[in-house]
Formats: sequence, structure tokens, C-alpha cells
Amino acid sequence: MHQYKKLNDVEKHKEGTIIRTDDSPVKMEVEYTDVKTEGDYKKSPVYIFHDWCVKCGICVAFCPTGVLARKPDGSPYVKNPEKCTHCETCDRLCPNFAITGAKKK
Amino acid sequence: MQKIPQKIIHTRYLRHRKKFPHVWCPGCSNGIVLGAIMRAVDELKFKRSNTAMVSGIGCSSRMPVYVDFNTLHSLHGRAIAYATGIKMFKPEMDVMVVTGDGDATAIGGNHFIHAARRNIDLTVILINNNIYGMTGGQYSPTTPTGDIATTTPYGNIDPVFDICELAMGAGATFVARTTAYHALEAQSFIKQALEHKGFSLVEIISACPVIYGKLNKKGDAPAMMNAMKKNSISLKAWEKLPEDKLKGKIKRGILRNEDRPEYTDEYAKLVQKVQGGK
Repeated sequence: MHQYKKLNDVEKHKEGTIIRTDDSPVKMEVEYTDVKTEGDYKKSPVYIFHDWCVKCGICVAFCPTGVLARKPDGSPYVKNPEKCTHCETCDRLCPNFAITGAKKK
Repeated sequence: MQKIPQKIIHTRYLRHRKKFPHVWCPGCSNGIVLGAIMRAVDELKFKRSNTAMVSGIGCSSRMPVYVDFNTLHSLHGRAIAYATGIKMFKPEMDVMVVTGDGDATAIGGNHFIHAARRNIDLTVILINNNIYGMTGGQYSPTTPTGDIATTTPYGNIDPVFDICELAMGAGATFVARTTAYHALEAQSFIKQALEHKGFSLVEIISACPVIYGKLNKKGDAPAMMNAMKKNSISLKAWEKLPEDKLKGKIKRGILRNEDRPEYTDEYAKLVQKVQGGK
């Protein structure tokens, strides 16, 4: 599980719109970073967030160029990053919002 | 430590820090439909404060929990009744109803057909998974004849409800059908339905691999989605194919798109007339 820092009551979205903070007991800090330049995206074209992934296998089955493959436990990983065409099929078909395809720059 | 995905649909439209991960089973298509709705809303640049999402009870009807609009999680089958109330009070609001096959056509059947008859400006996104998933797998009006549910262990003998035909018969002015596999098409249909003035229905055939799929041995989620891809025919191809090839297939496309006087407009006119043009 993630360790989140405490946060002020109101935070600002980087585009200027104010997002209400959730009234959950633990307030979390999220850095608003540009997905295209963030850490993992430099190395791989897709970003898999394993905390939300339920290993249903849809992204691996429907990737048209075979970028993704499954580990023995069923979770996806990026096998052939150079084959990615940035079609965002995995992004659209992931039922859990766990996989994010970056658009081509 | 991994970071939560920060795409615009996550940060702007979802309660992604509070409510995620969601409760739906692995492979359930509801999440795909939620993504399609969010992308359509993002394309149209709807204001969160001016958009309402209403739902009843069911798997798909848990969707308002995850979106950051004005949301209402109402009684079983009554989502369209609540949405009608919102639309009548605030006609400028964009009201969408997310509902399931049992919720809209069995328990809320009357609300559904009468909202279509009135042509009130609601967008109904109907997620059809062929079964009552949340309550334990009872058969619904759209369970195919012969299929097994927990209440029909020897096969279902009921004929199937065609929801799009029902809506068109009742007078809906925008009717479209697609599947969860065709996520981009679903996004485009939802966008057109939200733009349409009048009652609009988008039926999305979805996969329930954990209950319906397991009972009927349809395989896992990718297998069920492949079946959708194989068994659905677009409207253009449908008209060209001979009749014997169309048996048991899903027709997808915009089945109706026409204009008719809208209910809240007519109501406003009536109010003006009765008040003597004041």
C-alpha cells in the first residue's frame, strides 16, 4: 500500500482549476506530473499501475502488436516496448484504469 | 513506489484518489464503459457542476460512485424517474443515466418506456450483461433463451428482450447499440447521444465473465470479448448480408437519429402560455 503525506485542504490543479480535496480520513498528496515525461514513460510506452491491476488479461489479449505479455502470475509487463504504435487500445480497454498508454510526441 | 496514473480523465472526472480501485470483478466491462463515458465527456468539455449522473441498483449502477459529477445513486429501477425530476427542475443540466439491463427493462420498464415516449432530454447508457450480476446471477429479460442462470438451472425458456427495438417502439429519438469491445465506437456514440436533444439510448453489450460467463462456460474475459468482436455486425454490413447469416448476431450502429419536440422545451412553452407571455 502507498504511504501518502498529509495535505492542505485545497490543492490546485496545474491547469488552474481547483480540485476539491476528498473528505476521506487520509488525505493524500499526488504530484501532478506530465504523464509523457514522467519516469517510467521514458523507458516504456505504457505505464502499468499494479495496485489497480486485477490480472484479467484483456490488455495482453488485445494489444495489436504484442507489446505486452503476462508473467506466470498473470500480471502484464512490457515485453517489446519498441513495437508500440501508441494506439492506446490497452488504455481504452483496461476496465480498471490501471494501464496508461502515452501518446506519441 | 508507483504513482497513481495522472491522465486527464483520472484527475478531472474520477474520484480516483478516494474510491479506486473499484469493486467490479476482474474482466468486467463496466470499467471500459466508464472510461468511454469519461473520454466522451472530456471531448465535449462538460462542466462537472453542470453534469449529473443518476443510477439505480446493480453492478453498472455503482458507476456514479467513481465519477466526480453531481451524482445520485437511487432505488432499483427508478433511476430514470429521478433523472426526469432533475431535468424538469434544471433543464440546462446535462443528465445521464447509467443503468443495467435488469434495472432498466425489468424493474424500471415503465419509467424507461415513458421517458422515451415523452422524449425528455436524458442520455441513458444501458450496460447489458445478460444477467443480474450483483444479486447473485438471476436471469434477466435479456438472458438468451436456453442459457443458464442461478434461477434457471436447466436453461431459460423466456424469449429475449430487444432493448433498442423497445426504445424505438416507445419513441426514443436517438438509439444506438455497440459492445464493450468496440470502446472507441462506444465513446463516439455516447458523445453523439450526449449532444442529441431528446431521449437518447446507448445500449452497450458487456461481458460478465465471473457470473454469466462461468455459468454458461463462455471462458475468461478476453474470450468473451473476442466473442463480442466475432458476433457483432455493423449496420452497414448488416444491410448487405443475407438473412441466414444474421441469426444470433448483434447489430451495432446508430439505429435511429431523428428530431422531435423535446419535453422540457414544451413544458417551458406551456408555462409561458399559461402565464400570458409574461
